[in-house]
Amino acid sequence: MSDTNYDPVIVGFLCQWCSYTGADLAGTSRMEYPANLRSVRVMCSGRVDPTFVIEALAGGADGVLIAGCHPGDCHYSEGNYRAMRRFPLLKSLLDQFGIENERVRLEWISASEGERFAEVVTEMTAELKELGPLNLKGKLTSTGKAPAA
Amino acid sequence: MASKVTIDPITRLEGHGKIEIFLDDDGEVENAYFQVPELRGFEAFCVGRPAEEMPRITPRICGVCPTAHHMAATKCLDDLYKVQPSSTARKLRELAYNAFYVEDHFLHFFFLGGPDFVVGPGAPAPERNILGVIAKVGMEIAGRVIRVRRELRAMMQEMMGKVIHPVFGLPGGVSKGITKEQRMEFKKTAEFAVEFAQEALAIFDKVVLQNDTYVDLILSEAYIHRTYSMGLVDENNHPDFYDGMLRVVDPSGEEFARFHPGNYTEHIAEHVEPWSYITFPFLKKVGWKGFTDGAESGIYRVAPLARLNVADSMATPRAQAEYEKMFSTLGGKPSHHTLAFHWARLVEAMQAAERMIELLDDDEITGDDIRNLPTELPTEGVGVVEAPRGTLIHHYKTDPEGIITHVNLIVATNHNAAPIAMSVEKAAKGMVHGPEVTDGMLNLVEMAFRPYDPCLACATHALGKTPLKAMIHDSSGKLIRTVVRD
Amino acid sequence: MKMAKPKVAFYWCASCGGCEEAVVDLNEDILGVVEAVDISLWPVALDYKKMHVEQWQPGEVTVVFINGAVRTDEQLEWVRLLREKCPLVVAFGSCAHLGGIPGLSNSTTRQETIDRKYHQSPTVDNPQAIVPHEKHIQNGYELELPAFHEAVKKLDDVIEVDYYLPGCPPTPELIAGAVTAILEGKLPEKGSVLAPDKSLCDQCPRKDSKPEKIEISEFRRLATSSADPEECFLAGGFVCMGPSTRTGCGELCIRGNMPCRGCFGPTSQTRDMGAKFLGAIGSLLAASEQEQCDRIASTLADPMGTFYRFSLPASILKQRMS
Repeated sequence: MSDTNYDPVIVGFLCQWCSYTGADLAGTSRMEYPANLRSVRVMCSGRVDPTFVIEALAGGADGVLIAGCHPGDCHYSEGNYRAMRRFPLLKSLLDQFGIENERVRLEWISASEGERFAEVVTEMTAELKELGPLNLKGKLTSTGKAPAA
Repeated sequence: MASKVTIDPITRLEGHGKIEIFLDDDGEVENAYFQVPELRGFEAFCVGRPAEEMPRITPRICGVCPTAHHMAATKCLDDLYKVQPSSTARKLRELAYNAFYVEDHFLHFFFLGGPDFVVGPGAPAPERNILGVIAKVGMEIAGRVIRVRRELRAMMQEMMGKVIHPVFGLPGGVSKGITKEQRMEFKKTAEFAVEFAQEALAIFDKVVLQNDTYVDLILSEAYIHRTYSMGLVDENNHPDFYDGMLRVVDPSGEEFARFHPGNYTEHIAEHVEPWSYITFPFLKKVGWKGFTDGAESGIYRVAPLARLNVADSMATPRAQAEYEKMFSTLGGKPSHHTLAFHWARLVEAMQAAERMIELLDDDEITGDDIRNLPTELPTEGVGVVEAPRGTLIHHYKTDPEGIITHVNLIVATNHNAAPIAMSVEKAAKGMVHGPEVTDGMLNLVEMAFRPYDPCLACATHALGKTPLKAMIHDSSGKLIRTVVRD
Repeated sequence: MKMAKPKVAFYWCASCGGCEEAVVDLNEDILGVVEAVDISLWPVALDYKKMHVEQWQPGEVTVVFINGAVRTDEQLEWVRLLREKCPLVVAFGSCAHLGGIPGLSNSTTRQETIDRKYHQSPTVDNPQAIVPHEKHIQNGYELELPAFHEAVKKLDDVIEVDYYLPGCPPTPELIAGAVTAILEGKLPEKGSVLAPDKSLCDQCPRKDSKPEKIEISEFRRLATSSADPEECFLAGGFVCMGPSTRTGCGELCIRGNMPCRGCFGPTSQTRDMGAKFLGAIGSLLAASEQEQCDRIASTLADPMGTFYRFSLPASILKQRMS
């Protein structure tokens, strides 16, 4: 049920110390991978408030990636564990809203894993193409205030 | 000229509704429809919720009788988990519940239905309300109404956490008990409640029973429906608001059925009409025969008068004396005089107040053992109480984790939906004579539903409302007159 | 010449009547209110009608307190009319503020609601599958019912709201405070919620029992466990919305030995209280491996219905996708 004209939008929250650097590496190494991910640099994957993920989806993203340092390697020691702990609850919540689990991913990508980054983005793009657009913006009944009577 | 009169919205009740009255060419009422324009869908949106949250979610069906839903839901959890409440817990629940009965019945009598009598049905609309009642009975009594409700509700808040939307009910017990100090305070409140119940009955006697016009109105044919009656009774066939067996008597007073509330689906079914969101329960073993009276029709009534019809006697002495006086005035038992619901309500308030004293005199009430934890996996449960406005049924099914998969609710006023519709139509036919339809006539029609103390938010677990105005159109649709229902 | 008393109005949309009861719970103070103001509209207790409201001069009635969520065209009409007539509109109670319990209907669909009520109930006897209609001819008479919308909305989704009184229901103290502030002209900035801007934890009677670090190895449920009457619920493994809920309620549920369910809504610092709470409680899982995290998370029943119990229409996602 994929729309052939549909190009998935992925918002990626990438931690400054590992994953963002890893993404940079993919770029400087001239790796080819789909251009569907819009990156947002955060200091730590633990900084990712679930509200960001939901805002991204409500704002037009078809999928969201959260990427951080491998467990044990967090620049702030504990931060990525927070991301790890929040993630299953976030998926359950989104599931209750009718949003497929495949649309959100949590990955550990180190600064030297440019190839891994490219792989993840390629995989996600293909999966989202298959799932179809989320198009929450079109489906929400009204955001914010109604026009004055 | 054929025309339609709309009373929209009806007022001085909980919830929203409208009444459509259709007049024939001679200005006589051909038909009247009591429509309930609300539906909130609790049965759908409670699916997926943890069962133990139901006593905190379902009270939002109604903020006037949240304690009734809280208690029915809590009992439903007992049944769901097959766990009995501890003895102290059961008594605590009953105590809080009876306190609720007293204050809620007084609310209705003084604020909602009572003004029709105390101030008079023909009084100008700006006076037909609590302020008019205060003006009529005086500030001193008004002060005591407010005070007794304040004390009872403060007691309920201390026991149940919150008075509007209680929280303390859990499967197998309650979340908190009471101290010896609280017990003494509450006893004083209960004694005041008994005293005030006596006063309220005296006011009823003075203002209503000593007024021949009102007595004639109460006994008049326009306000009679000879139906079955249903209510919860204990093993001695006394009214039991909290627990017991469901008993049904036929229009002549003979017992028709007596069953465990868990088996309600064998006895009660709901009929659907396309012109109202509310459903119309009827006795399955008699069948749906339309909106008619009599032993051949499956229609039955609930709430104070019906409960007293179903009982052989009251559970407490002062209430029993009042019960005897009432039925003797009404010409015997069972009584089908709709307006007598107001009287039966005060008799019940007396029983509830006396019962509070009994429970507070029991030393177990301050016990520490307030919870039996479930040991079985949940499957399905039914919890039934008598809400002030009638029999209230909560029925849940869950998965093995205790997450709700199905909900069925038959709420107090629901049972009375068909009788209310019939009462409104009969009163309209008896009281409204066109082409000049006056405000006074229309209030006499509204007086046909107020004795039921309807809780329409409950009745449709409702969401939504409709605005209200009264307009008379001729058969070509032209507006010929607007009647102010004030 | 005697100064006219200021006029106030109360109105209800999709409401349970609890907010009306909260006003009546002013008890003796209500007589003081009646002394100080004229009540121009209050359907539960007084017989004023729509035509009276239509005749109000703009500004004649100073303030209208509107409770209940919005789901039908009639409610839309009424609230727009009241907005037009009154300089001050206060969203009264959780339903008007956030959508409230009726907002949970956004977790399902309108069709499901109708099916469960009229077709799937064990007691409904409906062989012809009748469903109530908006327009119906009965015996030659035309009868109407209002349609209800697909989604439940909060009040400021449909009109501009000046102030919010939170709670399910707001406490009599908060109500009295708001009425006084209005009559004395001492209101805070427009758009404010008329309750303290701190979380419940700040005022909680159990806050001293809250450890420095809370670690949850399993979520316990009150169905099958009992809570210690003095311990912080979260520390005991019970979900309690305190951290993301505004205070002002007197912590009534906590004092009833039951955890907070968030009826006062968020503080001004939070856009989406459910998502915020998820972030907070998620961090507390006592695990450092994904599988363990997954296992503990699975013991938390019904995230959506718990984190958004009163605020689903106010959340970013608003409703379940169909």
